[in-house]
Amino acid sequence: MRETLTRLRYRYWPDHLLGEILSKRWTETAVPVILLLIVGFALSQSLEHFLSPSSLADTARQAGEIGFIGLGMGLVVIAGGIDLSVGSMFALTDFCALYLLDVLEWPVPAVIIATMAVGGLLGAVNGLLIGYLRLRAFITTLITLIIYRSAFDLLIQRYSNAIASAFPDIPSWNFIGGGDVLGVPSVALVYIVVAIFGHIFLTRLRPGWHITAIGGSRRSAYNSGIPVRRTIALCYVASGVLTSIGALFFAARLGTVGGDIGVGLEVIVLTATVLGGITLGGGKGSVVKSLVGVLVVLLITNGLTAMNARGGVNRMALASILLAAAMIDIRWQKNRTRIISKVYVAPTYHALPPPPPTEIGQGGPFEQNDKLRNVTLIGLGRIEAPEDVILDRNDVLYAGSRHGDIIRFFPPDYESMEVFAHIGGQPLGMAFDRQDNLYVCIGGMGLYRITSDGTVQKATDETNRSLYSVNDDSRLRLADDLDITDDGLIFFSEATVRYEMDEWPVDGLEARGNGRIICYDTKTGATHTALRGLKFPNGVAVASDGESILFAETFGCSIKRYWFAGPRKGAVEIVMDNLPGYPDNINLASDGNYWLALVGMRSPSLDLAWKMPGFRRRMAKRVPIDEWLFPNINTGCVVKFNEQGKILESFWDLKGVNHPMITSMREHRGYLYLGGIANNRIGRFKLENADPDFVHYDKRWRKPS
Amino acid sequence: MKRFRFNQQEIVFVVFAALFLAFSIFLNGFLTADNMLTLLQNVAVLGILGLAMAIVVIGRGIDLSLIATLAVPGGLVLQMVQNGHSLPASLLAAGLLSIAIGLVNGWLIAYAEVPPLFATLATGLFVAGLGQAALFQLDVVQWSDGMAGFERLGQGSILGIPTSIVMFAIACLVVFVLLRRTRWGAYIYAIGDNPFAARVTGIPSRPIVVLQYVLAALIGCFAGLVMAASVNSMPTRIFNSTLIYDVILVVVLGGIGLSGGRGGVVNVIIGTLLIGTMLNGMTILNIPYAGQNLIKGVVLLIAVITDTFLNPRNEETAQQGDI
Repeated sequence: MRETLTRLRYRYWPDHLLGEILSKRWTETAVPVILLLIVGFALSQSLEHFLSPSSLADTARQAGEIGFIGLGMGLVVIAGGIDLSVGSMFALTDFCALYLLDVLEWPVPAVIIATMAVGGLLGAVNGLLIGYLRLRAFITTLITLIIYRSAFDLLIQRYSNAIASAFPDIPSWNFIGGGDVLGVPSVALVYIVVAIFGHIFLTRLRPGWHITAIGGSRRSAYNSGIPVRRTIALCYVASGVLTSIGALFFAARLGTVGGDIGVGLEVIVLTATVLGGITLGGGKGSVVKSLVGVLVVLLITNGLTAMNARGGVNRMALASILLAAAMIDIRWQKNRTRIISKVYVAPTYHALPPPPPTEIGQGGPFEQNDKLRNVTLIGLGRIEAPEDVILDRNDVLYAGSRHGDIIRFFPPDYESMEVFAHIGGQPLGMAFDRQDNLYVCIGGMGLYRITSDGTVQKATDETNRSLYSVNDDSRLRLADDLDITDDGLIFFSEATVRYEMDEWPVDGLEARGNGRIICYDTKTGATHTALRGLKFPNGVAVASDGESILFAETFGCSIKRYWFAGPRKGAVEIVMDNLPGYPDNINLASDGNYWLALVGMRSPSLDLAWKMPGFRRRMAKRVPIDEWLFPNINTGCVVKFNEQGKILESFWDLKGVNHPMITSMREHRGYLYLGGIANNRIGRFKLENADPDFVHYDKRWRKPS
Repeated sequence: MKRFRFNQQEIVFVVFAALFLAFSIFLNGFLTADNMLTLLQNVAVLGILGLAMAIVVIGRGIDLSLIATLAVPGGLVLQMVQNGHSLPASLLAAGLLSIAIGLVNGWLIAYAEVPPLFATLATGLFVAGLGQAALFQLDVVQWSDGMAGFERLGQGSILGIPTSIVMFAIACLVVFVLLRRTRWGAYIYAIGDNPFAARVTGIPSRPIVVLQYVLAALIGCFAGLVMAASVNSMPTRIFNSTLIYDVILVVVLGGIGLSGGRGGVVNVIIGTLLIGTMLNGMTILNIPYAGQNLIKGVVLLIAVITDTFLNPRNEETAQQGDI
C-alpha cells in the first residue's frame, strides 16, 4: 500500500523540474516579473482608474523618465559601482534645459544637445573620481549628490522666477513633453529604442562585455587587458547622459523647477535596480531587469500615493523593498550553486525483483567462472578509458581514450599504436559504415564521423527540442553507443539529458528515465528523437530482421527491442529484464547471437535504495558526493544472449586481476576484444568454437568484391 | 608618506587653529561669549554623533542611519511625554527603539551580508518614514511640561562649562575606555584592520559588528536627547538635512580612515573642532545654506580623496563588490 503510494507519487510528481528551473538564468528575471504582475493585478483591483488609457499613459511617461535613469544606474551597478548623484544630476540638467530654453531662448535641438552634454560632464566628474582616482563609488557619489544639489539650490534662487514666468510654445518641445504616436507617449518610444540598443550593447557588443567582466571581477578584467579605469569612468558618463535624457522629458512635460525636484530619486532608482535583480557589486544585470524594477517601484509608490498614504509610509515601503530585495539577492548569489546542487538530484521510485543468482554452485546462466583469467593485454598502461573497441576489415584495432583521441593498434601483435584522430571529447561507442567511415559517439559533443584517412567530421550534435522540457534537450549531452541500419539510419543512445559526461553515475542514483534513443539519417543529415524516457539507454545493435534495434537500459537492467520499420513500426518490447547487473554495449557474435557487457553487478543495498527515493534524496542533500551510494561499476562480466532473451553463456574474471571492468566487447576472427571505461588496457580473449574468419563489418556489409 | 600619515591629526589641528585665529581677527562677532556658546553647543551634538560614527568606521563600516536614530528616538521621548507618559517610561522606549535599530543594522550587515552603506541608507530611510508616518503628529515635536528638568542635559553649565560640552566629554570618555581599555574595543580594531584575519583568529566578528551598530544607535539617541534638551524641541525634519555629511566630515577629517582599523577619540575631537569652527564662521559670514553645503561638499570630497591616498584600500582584504 505504502509502496504503491510512493510509486504513484514519484511517477506523477515532477521532482526534477525544481532543480532544472532554478538552474535557469531566466529565473532571476522571472521573480521580479511575477512580482510586477502581482502588483499590477492588486492595483487594478483596488484602484478604479488604474487601467484607463490616460492613467496608463501617465504611468508610461513617468516610467520612461525614471527608466532612463534606471538604465544609467543599472549600467553603473553592473560595472561594480553605484551612482547616488542621479537625483541631483536630474535636478541640475532639468534646470539646465529650462534655463537654456526659457531664459536664453535657444532652439530646441541645441537645448537637447547642451543638456545631454551637461549631464555627461556631471557624470564625468564622478567617472574621473571613481574610475581614475579609484575612490569609493558610494561615498563619492554621495558627496557629488550634495554638491550638485547645493549648486542647483543656488541656481534656482536666482533664476526660478525667470523660468516660471516664461511660457514657451514650441511644437517640438511640446511633443517631447506630451506628444504621442498611436497613443504611445513620446518618452516611452524613445525609451524602447534606447532599451533595445542597451540590450544589444550589453549582450552582443564588446564594450558591454567589458562592463560585465569588470563588474564580475575587476582584477581579472584588468589582468586580461580590459581598460578598467576608462570603462568605469565612461559608465558614469553614460549614467549622467541617460539621466539628462530623463530630465529633458521631465522638463518638457512639467516646465517647472521646484526646489524638491529629484530629491530622493536616487533611492527610488536604486530600489528599482536592486529589485529588478541587478546584483549589487556588479557582474550581473540586464535591461529587462532594470525596466521591470522601475515599473514595480513606480506602481507601488504611485499606488500608495493614490491611496493617500502619508509620506512616511512611502519611505518605509521603499526602504523595506530595498532591503528585502538586496538581502534576497545577496543570499541567492552567494548560495545559488549550493542550493541548485542540493535540489537538482531528484531520485525516483525504481523497483526491481530480486536478481537471478550468480554465485558458484547456484547454477544458472550467470554462474561465476574464471574464463577471463587468461586474457592477454593490449596497450597496458598506454591507453586510458577505452569505452568501446572495434576492428576494421584489415584487423586494425581502434579504441577511444580519455584524452579525446581515437587510438589504433596494428596487427598481428597489436604492439605498435598510433593516434588515429583527435576529436577532443571522450569517445564512447563506435561503428563502421558501408564505406568504412568510423562513426563515434562523443560524450558531451555528439555524433562524429572519421573518414578512413583520419579526417574528423561532425555528423550531428543536436536533435529536436521537446516542447515541455525545461532543460534544453536539443543539445546532445551524453551520446553513448550506436549502430547503423542497412538504409543508413544511425540509431544512437543518449544516456541522460540531465547530467554531463563527468556526472553520469549520478543519473543511476536518480534512476529516472532521462535517456533517449536518437536517429540520425546519413542520407538527409536530419536528426530526430525516436524514443525517450529510458533509464540510461546504452548499447545499441541492429537486430537480425533489419527492422528493429536491440538496446540496453543500464539502470533499467533490461534489454529492449524497438522496431523502426516494418509492420511493427514503433513498437517496443522487452527482450530480457531483471538482469543481475547493469548492461552496457551490445555487439553481434559470429553465431548470430549477441554479446552483452555487464558494466557492474547489482547490489542488494542499491536495489533497496532504489525503492526508497526519499532516502536517496536525503543522502544527496546531506552527504558529500564522494560518500553517496553509487551503482557498482567495478566488477562485471560478458554474456552471450539470443534475440529470444535467453542467456547462453557468461565470462567472468573472478580474481579481478586482468579484466574485472567491462563496458564493451567485439568478436573478431575467433577472439573477443574487451574494453572498459575505467581500464588502462584492452583485453584479448581466445574464444573456443568460434568462427575463426568472422569479421564483424564483413558480415554486416558483405565482403567488398 | 608614513611620516605624513602620522602627522595627519596635527595638520588638521593646525588648520583648525589657523582658521580659528583668522575668524577671530577678521570676523566681527566670532570671538564673543555668546557665539562661543553656540559654537560649542553645535559642536557637542556633532561630536557625539562623530563618536558613534567613529566606532562603526573603525570597524570598517559606516552608519548613514545615524541622523534618523538621532531624530526618531529623541522625538519619541518628547512625543510620549506630551501624550502623558512618564519620562522614564519614554526614555526606556527610546532606548529600546535605538537598540532595535542597531540590532537590525547589525544583523543586516553581519549576518545578511548587505554592504553597510546600503543597509544603513535603507534603515535610516525606514526609521525616518516610521517617525513621519506613525510616531509624530508634527514635524517639530514640542517640549512639554512633563519634560521639566530634563533640559539641563543640554542647557546651563556645570562648573562653568556648558552642560552639552560636559556631555560630549563624558561620551568621549566612555567611548575611549570602550575602544582602548576593553577586549571588545580591541576586537573592533582587529575587525576593521582585516575582517578575515579577525574571523580566522577566532574573534566573534559577527556579534561584534552587531555590537558596533547597537552602540552607534545608542550614542545617536543620546545625541538626540542632548540636542532636544538644548533647543527645547525636536525638529524631526533634520533627517532631510545634510547633517550626516558633517558627521562623516568630522570622522574623515579627524583622520579615521574609511578603510577601518585606525584612529580614535582624539581624532573625533580634532575633527569636531575644525568642522564646528568652519560651520560657525560660514554662518557668521552669512553664506546661504546652499552655499555652505557646496563648500562642505567640496571640503568633504577633498578629504575623501586625501584619505584614499593616505589610507589606500587594502587590495588583499577588500572584497569584490565593496562599493
